[in-house]
Amino acid sequence: MNAHPSPARNAASPNLLKSLDYSILQQCIHCGMCLPACPTYAETKQERNSPRGRIALMRAIADDELPLTKAFGEEMAYCLGCLACTTACPAGVNYAELLETARAEVERQGVLASPKRDFFRWLFLRILFTRPRLLRFAGRLLRFWQVGGGQTVFRKLGLPAWLPAGLRPLEPQAPAVQARFSHQLINPVEWPAGVIRHRVVVLTGCVQDLAFSHINRATVDVLLANACEVHTPPVQPCCGSLHAHNGDNASARLLARRLLDQIDPFAFDAILSNAGGCGSHLRAYGHLLHDEPAYAARAAEWSRKLRDIHEYLVEIGFRPPQGPAPGEPLAVTYHESCHLCHGQKISAQPRAILRTIPGMELRECAEAQWCCGSAGLYNFTQPETSARLQERKVGHVLATGASLVATANPGCHLQLENGLRSRVTSAGPSVQVSHPVELLAAAYRAENAANRTQG
Amino acid sequence: METLLSSLITRLGTHNVLTAPEDILPYGFDGTAVLKQRPVAVVFARDAQEVSFVLKLARSHRVPVVTRGSGTGLSGGSVPVAGGLVLCLVKMDRILELDAKNLTLRAEAGVITQQVYDAADAAGLFYPPDPGSMKISTIGGNVAENSGGLRGLKYGVTRDYVIGMEVVLADGSLCWLGGKCVKDVAGYNLRDLFIGSEGTLGVVTQVLLKLLPKPAARQTLLATFAQMDAAAEAVSSIIAARIIPCTLEFLDRKTIHCVEDFAKVGLPRDAGAILLIETDGHPAAVADEAVRIEALCHAHGASSVRRATTAAEAAALATARRSAFSALARLRPTTILEDVTVPRSELAGMIRAVEGIALKHNLNIATFGHFGDGNLHPTILTDERDTAEMHRVELAFADIVDETLKRGGTLTGEHGVGLAKKAFLRRQLGDASYDLLRLVKRALDPDGLLNPGKIFDQAAR
Repeated sequence: MNAHPSPARNAASPNLLKSLDYSILQQCIHCGMCLPACPTYAETKQERNSPRGRIALMRAIADDELPLTKAFGEEMAYCLGCLACTTACPAGVNYAELLETARAEVERQGVLASPKRDFFRWLFLRILFTRPRLLRFAGRLLRFWQVGGGQTVFRKLGLPAWLPAGLRPLEPQAPAVQARFSHQLINPVEWPAGVIRHRVVVLTGCVQDLAFSHINRATVDVLLANACEVHTPPVQPCCGSLHAHNGDNASARLLARRLLDQIDPFAFDAILSNAGGCGSHLRAYGHLLHDEPAYAARAAEWSRKLRDIHEYLVEIGFRPPQGPAPGEPLAVTYHESCHLCHGQKISAQPRAILRTIPGMELRECAEAQWCCGSAGLYNFTQPETSARLQERKVGHVLATGASLVATANPGCHLQLENGLRSRVTSAGPSVQVSHPVELLAAAYRAENAANRTQG
Repeated sequence: METLLSSLITRLGTHNVLTAPEDILPYGFDGTAVLKQRPVAVVFARDAQEVSFVLKLARSHRVPVVTRGSGTGLSGGSVPVAGGLVLCLVKMDRILELDAKNLTLRAEAGVITQQVYDAADAAGLFYPPDPGSMKISTIGGNVAENSGGLRGLKYGVTRDYVIGMEVVLADGSLCWLGGKCVKDVAGYNLRDLFIGSEGTLGVVTQVLLKLLPKPAARQTLLATFAQMDAAAEAVSSIIAARIIPCTLEFLDRKTIHCVEDFAKVGLPRDAGAILLIETDGHPAAVADEAVRIEALCHAHGASSVRRATTAAEAAALATARRSAFSALARLRPTTILEDVTVPRSELAGMIRAVEGIALKHNLNIATFGHFGDGNLHPTILTDERDTAEMHRVELAFADIVDETLKRGGTLTGEHGVGLAKKAFLRRQLGDASYDLLRLVKRALDPDGLLNPGKIFDQAAR
């Protein structure tokens, strides 16, 4: 198991927390304004589990007051990375960079290393999520498993009991893989029916591509309906957000370079992401590659053009759908992806889109900006905390009485679906999970259908 | 120490006694810049009996105890003491009673201030004190520091709302002070002794708070001035017109920029000063006062007066103002917040004096605060690693104190003395008053184990 290359553990290279610009650590004045925003602090009421507590630990390591211990590594892993603290922080502390640096240092020193953990990190971060074709192949296998009967047989035989205890509850949580992936639904270039006003490129993501390729199709549809020429490269590398958020900076840089090699930011008006987690990281390419001369300029241009799909639609003044309202108004609530609202500060735009949809009533749910517990690989690494956050979220969603919950990140989407499935009984009404652009695309379709019938 | 820790673990459970470096290091500071000290252990009590147990045990081992809520204090009051315990009360977080007939609310010390406000609000009632950190500060911490806030001008401070409390004394005994009676002169008013005592006399475990009916109407105004002096004159004219607004806050140019960078509520970046004014009460009175305030601001050169049109907009403006201190941290690595207070009539002169002191010592000082009650927050923006500059910071602070005392002011309006201001306390109080404080301390905490070294140095025993 140790044969696979684990992330570089180089004792000679400098401590990343020490080589970090010290003013980033100093920026935190420990005023405590982040505490009420932090889901893990709310869980334990212990300072160590709060943003200012974690920053104090990072600073103590940079100051040689504390060695980097396993407990520190565990604390960095316990953080959701939801970045709610960055929205709450008046001092503007760059917690995202602090956390990524600390996690990278934890990996560099290997304090959490174990054969099992190393294997899964290698499999996910170094193999599957760096090779888009292999990932799609794995997706095919999973699909065969899920609809081809394998899963049913497996469960009937009681085989889940053979899985390691930590994985057992996750087996039914794996995403349901689509029959067709993004490149089978979307042509590399598609043109709007009328005049072309914008030239954009759509990023299809990894999980989004396997489990929610229809959302990618919907994204292209709404762009076409708004005078965009849409480019969608059929095989796209992972953006590297999973890697950066999990302390594998080298892979994150590699993947960013690959994506920049494939897509020339100077050739488009905008580069669009429809997944909160990816978008948050994609925006940071300029910073990530600022010290790589061959890529710095391209990466800066990339960051300048990178937009979340909702943000872009509002920016270009998207056309509100005119279609007929269904008889019954449809109540929808909106769950904010952390990396969309905190990472990218996009909060009003998805709601603005939902409000334009005929017959749809937006009902706010409590704690819409509170993490659902998906948080990248968090439901895999911290299943208990993840499950409690999921339950809290699902409770708030159900309390609205809405029959739809919209969200714009594949991790949240899955977490909500899984949480709702376990909570909604056969007697209760079912709640569907959807992406705002899916609902907008459906509204445009309804409008077209109505126009055809009238015509 | 080992036996002390094992006794604590036996009674409180391992989850409530922290000793690992990663666990206790984040309790080494509060919201005050620069000050830090690692405790021996952090213990969480869940009720007054456990607090009593901890104090008795600590006393028998002669170990100091620093009580703490959310650790947002701004004078180092809850910074640990070397070799001591931190007694953290955040797990005592229940609101025990809301008595709508007597307009009182009883809560454990660890309840968050915002939750007190919300519980009162939900019952159509009003808890006015609103310190800047109210979203996370605990009510027990507010009582220990006698916290103020934005509404001090009209509604007073925490002291004005505490009508009873449960306190655990240094020997571990529990006592109730005060109660629901509006009039009560049975014995000394010891309740007031504990309010603002910064954890040096006892541990407040429960508070009984007075509530008010919720004002029927509120109006928030934002007045923009080219110069701070003009804003000061507008304030004087408002008070002279016999209007007491609920809130009368000011921000200087630097503060405006930092707050706007964070909160994005549309503050005018070209202003020399802004006033955030709120009037509340009967709708007719509010409407009338708002019109008069607006006219007075214009008469004193306000370039614009904006009225909040919705409750959400008003709340956003107040929240933005509450973030001022933290937002100023955007400018320099270290942010040292002062809290001097002068008689209202002296405030404009005091602001000018602070500007002069900044120039004299070549420092970057931003100022904001509560114009209505003379409480200003000169905030020194510096870098703790620059020793030369930190020396100038000390000199500037001494000058600010001089200027304050000369004007009949006080070192601290609402943050407490703690560690940060104790060097100047004797000068302000005079020998007799200062010695009286120590006499009280010795009477209530003869072993000097409760938050020792705060407010004044521990007397040699």
